[in-house]
Amino acid sequence: MDIFKAQNIRKQFGNTIALNEVSVNVPEGSIYGLLGPNGAGKTTLIRIINQILAPDKGELYFYNRKLKSDDIFQIGYLPEERGLYKKMKVGEQALYLAQLKGVSKKEALARLKYWFQKFEIQAWWNKKIEELSKGMQQKIQFIITILHEPALIIFDEPFSGFDPINTKLLKKEVLNLREKGATIIFSTHDMSSVEELCDHITLINKSKTILEGKINDIRNAYKSNTFKIGYKGNPEKLKNLLDGDFELIEHSTKDNTNYAKIKVNRLLRKNELLYLLIPEIQITSFNELLPSMNEIFIKVVEKSQDVTN
Amino acid sequence: MNKITIIVKREYLTRVRKRAFIIMTLIGPILFAAFLIIPAWLATLEDKEEKIIAVIEYSDSNTPVPDSLKQFFDALPDRDNLKFEYIGYTTLDVLKSTLEYSKYFGILHIPHNVINSEVVELYTKKEPSISMEIYITKSLEKYIHNIKLRKLNIPVEVLNSVQTSIKLKTIKLEKGKYEEKDLKNLRRGVGYAAGFLIYFYIFFFGAQVMRGVIEEKTNRIVELIVSSVRPFQLMMGKIIGIGLLGLTQFIAWIILTFVIVTVAQEVLMVKNNIKEKQQFTAESIIDAKPVTQEQLNTDNKVAEFEGILNKIRGIDFIVMISIFIFYFLGGYILYGSLFAAIGAVVDSETDTQQFMLPVTVPLIISIFVMINAFMNPSGKIAVLFSIIPLTSPIVMMARIPFDVPWAELVASMIILVLTFLGTTWFAGKIYKTGILMYGKKVNYREIWKWLTYKT
Repeated sequence: MDIFKAQNIRKQFGNTIALNEVSVNVPEGSIYGLLGPNGAGKTTLIRIINQILAPDKGELYFYNRKLKSDDIFQIGYLPEERGLYKKMKVGEQALYLAQLKGVSKKEALARLKYWFQKFEIQAWWNKKIEELSKGMQQKIQFIITILHEPALIIFDEPFSGFDPINTKLLKKEVLNLREKGATIIFSTHDMSSVEELCDHITLINKSKTILEGKINDIRNAYKSNTFKIGYKGNPEKLKNLLDGDFELIEHSTKDNTNYAKIKVNRLLRKNELLYLLIPEIQITSFNELLPSMNEIFIKVVEKSQDVTN
Repeated sequence: MNKITIIVKREYLTRVRKRAFIIMTLIGPILFAAFLIIPAWLATLEDKEEKIIAVIEYSDSNTPVPDSLKQFFDALPDRDNLKFEYIGYTTLDVLKSTLEYSKYFGILHIPHNVINSEVVELYTKKEPSISMEIYITKSLEKYIHNIKLRKLNIPVEVLNSVQTSIKLKTIKLEKGKYEEKDLKNLRRGVGYAAGFLIYFYIFFFGAQVMRGVIEEKTNRIVELIVSSVRPFQLMMGKIIGIGLLGLTQFIAWIILTFVIVTVAQEVLMVKNNIKEKQQFTAESIIDAKPVTQEQLNTDNKVAEFEGILNKIRGIDFIVMISIFIFYFLGGYILYGSLFAAIGAVVDSETDTQQFMLPVTVPLIISIFVMINAFMNPSGKIAVLFSIIPLTSPIVMMARIPFDVPWAELVASMIILVLTFLGTTWFAGKIYKTGILMYGKKVNYREIWKWLTYKT
């Protein structure tokens, strides 16, 4: 079941179209990547999901029924532009923001106690935010985002500004939240963390959806039948073996081993490659190269740019 | 709990605990009370230091006090801190040249032809007090006046019986009620203070709203909050919270000012009053002299001052305060929402200038019109500006003491309410868009575009 669905969302600011017929389906329990270059319309879409903005056109569904204003109690949001009241004390502030998300003061207090113990930050309770380092503030922000135990959590560039230790901790917590049944929408430019965490993605460019689906399907769809072969032997020999259906893209040598990237142009002859090579050279490794999300991102965005131009 | 309530609570509590707020709340009444009490108190306060005045007729060093001077013994009796010594065997010039080193505070030169010349001279080391001057002139005036009458052979009894003093009490009749003019003046003063107070509050607390919005925007907490509450709720919560803060301070000021004034009255005035009265009776009995004008004056002053204080406490404050609070809140919400909108549009306080102008101009105009309205409270300008909602909260304060027709008052109030509903809606739209707009220089045309956004 989809926890959240947006259908044909359109949003315009004056003459600028921020979202043009954008649809997303976020399956329950997934980690959903919302990708796109700067200014593509991601933040607008996130703000629409959070009901900060209303779409000009289109329908929003939460658990297969229309999104209503109370649903914000079930949504957690860590904005990209985030901050806290500098002069307010940590505990007081967390309580305040939890109450705004509909958690009673007593309940919020109990949950905060749990999280502060878990992160070992009880000593910060009576400190002012401005006394904390940036990393410390981000931990507090993370706790505030999930304190009302939302079913849907939206992280907008969550790792920007985090040091590697905190990034690791946060990733662990994100996976933990998913274990417990939460769905996560994850907006980022960091493609390696998309590969690491996301199950589904939507790629938005220039206010339109240009790619959507399961991350494995997408990577398979974009694979170019390229193989990386490690071998010992004469590179000239290898080159002579390849006919027109095989194309040598790249060749390198490292630690007495040669590496060749070979693209198979006729899919039917995929297995023939090994058959051709084995008698002549000593093969040490053989891998199919899947495109990285980074490559797909650049490729798809550039292609859509060409289309619009 | 309602979300606006949660926001109001935070806005209120975080500010009410601030040291600056507490200090202002405590110092304000002390200043107000001082403003009310000190001038009146100083006026009644007699100089405690005893002063001796040498009285002399221009004479030479061989003659004692001449009879022409002795006649003033009775006319110019000693007072508590003011003694007169009649000097002979010396000349005015000698006294003058030695005054600096003498025990005398001053030299009163009464020439022998004073009855005709009507000129006396007072040479002093330091500036004489006004009450001393009044005492000397009044006493001598009265004495010489009597001498002149006596020369016309009018007996003293007749003189005493024809002595008349008119005290003019101006009373304006209106619908069966009447009011003394000094009470009117007092109400005028209260109206004036109320107008300034509203002006001050709008600027001070309006700016706090603006600063609060800018703080949330630059802190980048605003996006987090508006994912939980509607931007309009956040804006109204802030305006209401800070408004309550202002109201708290206002009420604290009134209560504390009353307490201080009352205590000061008990401590300072009652003591003074008793002393004056004792002196007054004692002198009257022992010397059997007519009570001098000055003594009466002092006594009157104390009574008058007490009266004013009593009137301040006894004035129909319920109506005044109700109207004040209405305009205070109405004006504050109207301007507070505009200030909130300005805060939402800019990225820092330094960018507020161009948007502040349209907000500050009507406020400053209000003050000018208010000052004029005291002179001509039912003039066209005063009436007009007391109905225009941007100026009415301040200008109306100036008209209230002069009995505004009910129709005008009600019209002004309704227009104010409608306008602040309008401005909060308008400000809400700008606010909603502005708070999520970072690092963009905004101008009026841009704002106009925001108003057309559907959100």
